[in-house]
Amino acid sequence: MNRYRLLPSDEAAAILELAGDIADRELAPLADDFEERGEFPREAVRVLGRAGLLGLPYDEADGGGGQPYEVYLQVLEVLAYRWLTVAEAVSVHTLACYPLAAFGSSAQRAEYLPGLLGGELLGGYCLTEPAGGSDAAALTTRAVRDGEDYVVNGTKAWITHAGVADFYQVFCRTGGPGPAGVSCVFADASTPGIVPARPERKMGLNASPTAQIAFDDARVPAGRLVGEEGEGFRIAMSALDAGRLGIAACAIGLAQAACDYATGYAKERQQFGTRIIDFQGVGFMLADMATQIEAARQLTLHAARLKDAGRPYGIVAAQAKLFATDMAMKVTTDAVQVLGGYGYVRDHPVERYMREAKVLQIVEGTNQIQRMVISRTMSR
Amino acid sequence: MNIVVLVKQVPDSGAERSLAGDGNTVDRTGGTNVINEMDEYAIEEALRLKDETGGQVTLLTVGPDHALESVRKALSMGPDAAVHVSDEAIAGSDALGTAKVLAAALGTLEYDLILSGAESTDGGVQVMPHMLAELLDIAALTGARKLTADGDGFLVERQTEDGYEVVRASGKAIVSVWDTINTPRYPSLKGIMAAKRKPVTAVTLAELGVPAGEVGAAGAATTVLSAEPRPVRGAGQRVEDTGDGGEKLVEYLAAEKFV
Repeated sequence: MNRYRLLPSDEAAAILELAGDIADRELAPLADDFEERGEFPREAVRVLGRAGLLGLPYDEADGGGGQPYEVYLQVLEVLAYRWLTVAEAVSVHTLACYPLAAFGSSAQRAEYLPGLLGGELLGGYCLTEPAGGSDAAALTTRAVRDGEDYVVNGTKAWITHAGVADFYQVFCRTGGPGPAGVSCVFADASTPGIVPARPERKMGLNASPTAQIAFDDARVPAGRLVGEEGEGFRIAMSALDAGRLGIAACAIGLAQAACDYATGYAKERQQFGTRIIDFQGVGFMLADMATQIEAARQLTLHAARLKDAGRPYGIVAAQAKLFATDMAMKVTTDAVQVLGGYGYVRDHPVERYMREAKVLQIVEGTNQIQRMVISRTMSR
Repeated sequence: MNIVVLVKQVPDSGAERSLAGDGNTVDRTGGTNVINEMDEYAIEEALRLKDETGGQVTLLTVGPDHALESVRKALSMGPDAAVHVSDEAIAGSDALGTAKVLAAALGTLEYDLILSGAESTDGGVQVMPHMLAELLDIAALTGARKLTADGDGFLVERQTEDGYEVVRASGKAIVSVWDTINTPRYPSLKGIMAAKRKPVTAVTLAELGVPAGEVGAAGAATTVLSAEPRPVRGAGQRVEDTGDGGEKLVEYLAAEKFV
C-alpha cells in the first residue's frame, strides 16, 4: 500500500511497516479460506501479539506500546486492508483492555495489564444485550455480591470473540435501574457459568465469531470490579469515542482494499479493445472512490490527533465513524460494479468486502446513533 | 560467539527496478529499498546461534546514507550493533571493490563467524563469500541450508540442485545461507524501540585505510559493456491434453527444475 502518510516519528513508520509485512505474509494468504470456513485465525492474531501490536495505544509502564492513537489507527487500517476480521479483533481487544487501563486500580493494572497487553491473551467486550443495543443504560444482566464474589446472571448478545476470548469485560447491574446502577467487572473466560452460545450465522466477517453469552451464576471475584460500583456506564461511554475511531480505521482499510482491487482489475480488463479504466464511466467511479477514502482517512486521523492532544474529539469521532463506514459501503458496492459479473462471484474478494462493509455501519453505535450524537450537539 | 552479518540494502525486488542514468549501475535512489531478502535469513541464523552460545551479533553494511534505514530495520530484529561503511568513492564498485572494503572493515571487528545471504537480489553474483574468504584467509562454506557450531569450527549442509553436501571448516569461517535454513523472525515493537538506541558506527574509506583509487567505478576489475531491458513476457506454452497432458506437464516442470 503506497500511501503518503504523515507520521509522527521514525518508529511509527517502522511499526506500520511491520504491521504491513505481517498483514501481507501472515494474514492475506489465509483470509479467503478462513472466511469461507468460518474459522477464527487465533494463531495469526498471536503473531500480531508477539510483535507487540495488541496493546499499541496503552502506556509502556502497563506493558503497552506507548503509541499515539493516530499510529494505532493506521496500524488497524493496514491490517483491515488485508483482513477485516483481524483488524476488528485488534480493535475489540484494544477496547476490552480499556476499562482496566483507564479505570483499574494500580494494583489491578500491575496484576492484569501486562498479560492483557502482552499479546498472548484475547479479550471480549460484553455490553450489548438481546433487548438493548443502542440503549445500553437499560441493561439487565445482574451482579449480586456474595461474600468475596459477584454472582453474575443474564445474557449478553452480539459479543465478538465469544468462545475464543480469554477474558471478558462485563457490564452488569449492581444497583437500581438506569445508568447509575451499572458496574464493570473483568472475568476469565474459563469462569464456570460463562457459556457462549452457537455463533450467529452472519452475512460477513464469518471468521470472527459473534454469539450470545449466557452468565449462569458465574462467580467473579470482587477484586475484579473495575472502578467503583455504579461507575460502569461512565466507563462504557468513555470507551465509545475511541472504539468508533477503531471502526472508522477498519472501514478505511477495507475500502482501500476494494478500491485497489477494482483499479487493478479495470487496468487489465479490456472491452471494445480498450482498458475499461479508460472509459470515463469507470475511471471517474474509481476517482470518486479514491477521493472518498482519502477524505475519510483524514477526518479519522484528525479526530485521532485531537484525542492525542488531549482535546475534545467525541463529535469528530462520531463524524469519522459515520462518514468512513458509509463511505466503505459505497466504495465496496462500486468495486463490485467495476468488476461486473466477476464482482458478484466468490472468485474475487470484492463481494466479500461488500458484505463485510455492511456491519461497520451497524457496530459501535449504528450510523443513526452517530447522526443523533452529532445533531444533538448542533441543536443545543 | 561473536558473529558479523553482512547486510545489503537493495531495491525492492517486488517493485519495478531500473538502471541509473549511466545505464550500467542499479538505480538506488528511486523506489523502495529493502534489506536483501536472503540477508534476513543470515540475521536469523546469527540470532539463533547467539541464543545458543551467547556473544555479540554485529551487522556490517556498505552503502549510501539511506542504507541506514535498512540497518535500523535489521537491528530491530535483535542484533546488538552495526557498522556502516559509507563513502562517495565506493559508488560504482564491482564485487571485488566491495570485497576489499568489507575485508578492511572486518579487519577492525572481532568475530568467530561471518554470515551472509547466499546472493543479493540486485547484483546476484554470489561471489562475495569466496572473495572475502580469500582476502581474510578464512574458510568459505557457501549455500548453507543448515549450520551448526561444531567444536572449534562449523558444520554446514550445503544445498545443491540434487541434494546437499556436508562440509566442515575449522577456525573462523564465512557462511552464506539460503532461505531454506530457517524462518526469519518479525521485528517487534520492543525491538523497534531498542533499535533506536543501538550503536551504529559510521566508517569512511580513509578510516579503513583503503585507497579510494582501488574501489569505485574507476578501480573496478569488471566493466558492464551493455545492458538490455528484460524482454517482454512471451506467450505461454499451451499443452493440449490428448491423454498424455499430465506427462507433458511433468516433463515441462522437470525441464524447468520445478520438480
